[in-house]
Amino acid sequence: MSVTPDGSAMAVDPADGIAVLGSRGSVAESFGIPLAVLLEVTHRCPLQCPYCSNPVELERGGAELTTDEWKRVLTELAAIGVLQVHFSGGEPTARKDLVELVRHASDVGLYTNLITSAVLLTRERLAALADAGLCHVQISFQGNEPLGADRVGGFAGGHAKKLDVARWTRELDLPLTVNAVMHRQNLHQLPDIIDMAVALDADRLEVANVQYYGWALKNRAALMPTLRQIEDCTAIVEAAQQRLKGVLAIDYVVPDYYALRPKKCMGGWGRQFFNISPSGKVLPCHAAETITGLAFDSVRSGASIAEIWRNSEALNRYRGTGWMQEPCASCAFKEIDFGGCRCQAFALAGAAAATDPACSLSPLHERIFKTAEAEAAEGGDRFVYRNFAGGTAET
Amino acid sequence: MASRNITVSESSRPVLPRHAKLRFDETRQRWVILAPERVLAPDDIAVEILQLCDGARDVAAIIDVLAAKYTADRAEIGTDVLSMLQDLADKGFLTEAREKTP
Repeated sequence: MSVTPDGSAMAVDPADGIAVLGSRGSVAESFGIPLAVLLEVTHRCPLQCPYCSNPVELERGGAELTTDEWKRVLTELAAIGVLQVHFSGGEPTARKDLVELVRHASDVGLYTNLITSAVLLTRERLAALADAGLCHVQISFQGNEPLGADRVGGFAGGHAKKLDVARWTRELDLPLTVNAVMHRQNLHQLPDIIDMAVALDADRLEVANVQYYGWALKNRAALMPTLRQIEDCTAIVEAAQQRLKGVLAIDYVVPDYYALRPKKCMGGWGRQFFNISPSGKVLPCHAAETITGLAFDSVRSGASIAEIWRNSEALNRYRGTGWMQEPCASCAFKEIDFGGCRCQAFALAGAAAATDPACSLSPLHERIFKTAEAEAAEGGDRFVYRNFAGGTAET
Repeated sequence: MASRNITVSESSRPVLPRHAKLRFDETRQRWVILAPERVLAPDDIAVEILQLCDGARDVAAIIDVLAAKYTADRAEIGTDVLSMLQDLADKGFLTEAREKTP
């Protein structure tokens, strides 16, 4: 699955009279309980996307929380003030009890989103999910045509199935978000992907450039776009946002290797978002387990979720600004971007407390930029597919 | 989606679409609208207007209710109500109730 690094908590869209919670100064930014929580109910998935945002070390099916454990989690989340849950994975529909979990979430008053690859869904099961109270469906697409898209997902017939499920979603009057993960090998399809989202009657399109941790980092040379592609991509998105105002909302995530300023990843570590892994670990983001040496607390520990959110040593480690080193510590932007992404700092600088090399103030920034340019120009196109065996090279 | 690009007028009968839910948030003690990937925090007046948007009442009737309640100038209230509803509609959080077609 794929989650946008900055949009997953709550997008900011200030307006007269209709302010947006989650923006500056709200409850959500003072380490209050987040408004939305991502539930990775399983790491099992029939797709093998080379940029999967799950950790390279996937959690096995046997370690997953049981139906009753997830229900307890849902009840607890609603009770402490969480308003929305995203059922994600892996592929959440691989859980046989998904309808039951969605119904329970609705019963306790949670707004439910399904983040799915769609390939396991039947029309009957989707209708059952809608009956259970599902509020919104997000379907990932790997491209705009079957051949290329099915190659990226490593799943024959996947693209055609996604188109079916997208149609059923709208027939059932559920709102649809199309999530398109973009990289060097499919960026040329962007105009067609935008047209596809309109034709599918989607409400939202996420144009999410790959973020390079975990599986995507393994596949960086095969995925990294050229600077020229990114410039074109930005222009295409901006034009489409204007042209499709009121028809299709487009959220845009740029690849930060080419940026000057780092992203405010997850709105800041442990600040306004958490996710729960298949086995119940409470994480500040879906990639956090790529940072070694951090022990994340589990909902199985006996502690309440609110206690874990407040007291978890791993969550407190990079909260706020107290942990920062130079150049972050004295930086005027430190409360704007919180030093960027800890996972990226760990992956590229070798230390999670380092400045995210996406920042132009990082001593590594120049090198990262050049690496990206070189890989985009010379990297091969073959993928390492995501699986429980630690990855399989494309033949 | 039939609800796209709607123009709100006094004869519209607005209603929140299925995916937008107006709910009282007990933890934060305030009204919220829950929508895909978003939580909106309507102010008191917006909440009052939205509670009148039941898909049966038209906008003219909503304005009448509010003008009577606050003994305010109908034209002034009308302008505010229409602009707030149009703003919500443009963002996709308001749709128009329509007759069921066979």
